[in-house]
Amino acid sequence: MPEMKNCTCSCAKENDEQKYKKLAELMKQYKNSEGSLIQVLHIAQAIFGCLPLELQRYIAQGMGKPLSEVSGVVTFYSFFATRPRGKHVIRVCLGTACYVRGGKKIITRLEEILGVGVGETTKDGLFTFEVARCIGACGLAPVIMIDDMVYKQVKPEKLENILAQYN
Amino acid sequence: MVNLTINGKKVSALEGTTILDAAKQNGINIPNLCYLEGIHKIGACRLCVGEVEGAKNLQPACMVAVREGMVVKTNTNKVRQARKILYELILSDHPQDCLNCQRNQNCELQAMGHRLGVKEARFSGEHSAGGLDISPSITRDMSKCILCRRCLTVCNEIQQVGVLSAQRRGFKTVIGPAMSLPLNTVSCTYCGQCTLVCPVGALNETDAIQDVWQALNDPNKRTIVQTAPAIRAAIGEEFGLEPGTLVTGKLVTALRELGFDEVFDTNFAADLTIIEEGTELLTRLTKALTGEGATLPMITSCSPGWIKYVEHFYPQELDHLSTCKSPHTMLGALAKSYYAQKISFDPRNMYVVSVMPCTAKKFEISRPEMQNDNLPNVDAVLTTRELARMIKEAGIDFCNLEDGKFDNPLGLSSGAADIFGVTGGVMEAALRTVYETVTGRELPFANLHITPIKGLEQIKTAEILIENPLEDYKFLDGITIKIAVTNGLAGAKILLDQVAKGESPYHFIEVMACPGGCIGGGGQPRPTSYEIRQKRMNAIYKEDEGKILRKSHENEYIKQLYAEYLKEPNGHKSHELLHTHYTPRGKYNELMR
Repeated sequence: MPEMKNCTCSCAKENDEQKYKKLAELMKQYKNSEGSLIQVLHIAQAIFGCLPLELQRYIAQGMGKPLSEVSGVVTFYSFFATRPRGKHVIRVCLGTACYVRGGKKIITRLEEILGVGVGETTKDGLFTFEVARCIGACGLAPVIMIDDMVYKQVKPEKLENILAQYN
Repeated sequence: MVNLTINGKKVSALEGTTILDAAKQNGINIPNLCYLEGIHKIGACRLCVGEVEGAKNLQPACMVAVREGMVVKTNTNKVRQARKILYELILSDHPQDCLNCQRNQNCELQAMGHRLGVKEARFSGEHSAGGLDISPSITRDMSKCILCRRCLTVCNEIQQVGVLSAQRRGFKTVIGPAMSLPLNTVSCTYCGQCTLVCPVGALNETDAIQDVWQALNDPNKRTIVQTAPAIRAAIGEEFGLEPGTLVTGKLVTALRELGFDEVFDTNFAADLTIIEEGTELLTRLTKALTGEGATLPMITSCSPGWIKYVEHFYPQELDHLSTCKSPHTMLGALAKSYYAQKISFDPRNMYVVSVMPCTAKKFEISRPEMQNDNLPNVDAVLTTRELARMIKEAGIDFCNLEDGKFDNPLGLSSGAADIFGVTGGVMEAALRTVYETVTGRELPFANLHITPIKGLEQIKTAEILIENPLEDYKFLDGITIKIAVTNGLAGAKILLDQVAKGESPYHFIEVMACPGGCIGGGGQPRPTSYEIRQKRMNAIYKEDEGKILRKSHENEYIKQLYAEYLKEPNGHKSHELLHTHYTPRGKYNELMR
């Protein structure tokens, strides 16, 4: 999946027609392999930034699946977003290990710094603030992810410095 | 065979049988709220848990297959206690507003509480988000949903329509259309099979009872009622009668006692459909065989769930559908024209009610095509369940009613019309008439039944050779007419895919949207199981065989209708009143336009 590494969102680089074409090509490869819907959704989100209803419909058509099933998967996994996201996505892990080691406190502090709640995007469009359910780095708890970068053993007072690196 | 012990009883069961089924076969009923035999087993409700020797935790009986030497206990203190708690937990996220629920006294959740001996709801807590979703046919109240997911399985597997799926997750899970859109914005066919399997009051038909009471109580309205063939073989169940009890006469009397001015029979219009649709088939066959060209196979159009399905999923194949309206809209159109003229009554003051086994027909009557002279052909559709509620509300002792008779001229019907209520019936009825029209001889099957297309199998086919036809139909000599019949939309999909590829070998196809046909319609009494469909089907064939008049073209009032009013089948007047056209809708409906 080279697309995923290149960009969390390639919105600015390609026009819609190119993006849909790219997605259509990829869906052709995946269409007949069982259980590949999630993979396609990941790729689509990487290309478009988020998965609004219109795009879900396109994917349902391309994969030959009911729209309700596509939407079911999109709304099940917290990784998928249906509304446009900020330039950077912050995910605070609230899996068991991170939760007991202070994940909740990170949430509270981030809400103060960003001025928005979980699931929301800051007014300047810089950050989208989300919660993740275990990213598989329990030994490093509590962790947060910003885009593809994982920050380990995060303390609330470190947050401002971390965020300052993003603009 | 596998040998095991259930509650101390030595039993044996076929390999692969679940504990639940093995127990049932041996007289032990394990409680459950989500399981549907042969259709749905996912172990969602957990009420079927039992102790299995050697297993650490309680095991769901609907999911675990029997093993040699297995020792199962389903009636220990531990099991009973667990079930009660599980039940109470389900109840803690349920409105517990039984008195105001349509399913009161016909609710599997309510009955389960009684059965498990739960006397109080000990747990209270947060409730799932509710919100009513009212479509023309189906009303969803997700605050009552217990997440058994039967509807999801029926929608996706039995009907393969796939508008219902689990959205979101955990406590926030809602069973519904994509992105929690309302039902009327997605490609729902309104077949109502989901309402038939819902154990609680989450999925119901959209209520028409209030409108009908209002019309009945309006002294200026002339109220006309008609009933579909499948009602007479099913409504008795709502009054405690055995499935398959025919109650035609009682039904007529009950409708009169409710205050309807005329009680007509949709069967009359079924006979009329045969004349119109049979003529249409012969016209298409003639054109196809004489080189003029015609769209074949022709496919029946009586089932509005099926119609909406084609409009959504195969909009490019609409030409294959017969242009005939469904029988009840035909009858409505005639009541407000032919009959109104006959009795010199202003059709604007007529109110036509159809009692149907169907939820899709509630949407159908709202279609702009189902109007003539700016009047809707039919004003309200009641399901079998709704009519039963009205009869109860009116205090009518249904089981002890005298037999009544339908009013004429729109009340007489042949046995061919009766079988419209069951899969294979429309095809058989059509061929009883068409074969005789073409050859001058009776359909060459014992008792006029085309045996290969009878029964509840998904797809049934037959071939009928035309030999020595009458002079007018010489071009059909030696032709083998190929027919196919299907019930349930999954079967329709198979046949339609053939049509779409241009590979369909058939001349004429009958499709009914619901498994079993109208006898298993989405508006029929709950429960509707395979066995119950079978019994209702037998009742319908009994009704047919009990009539002297077995063929639609022998109906005297139909002949009279053509002589006095319509003049000829497929003629100008027929086209105006009895035929329609269809709307391509696309797979994801109007929502994206």
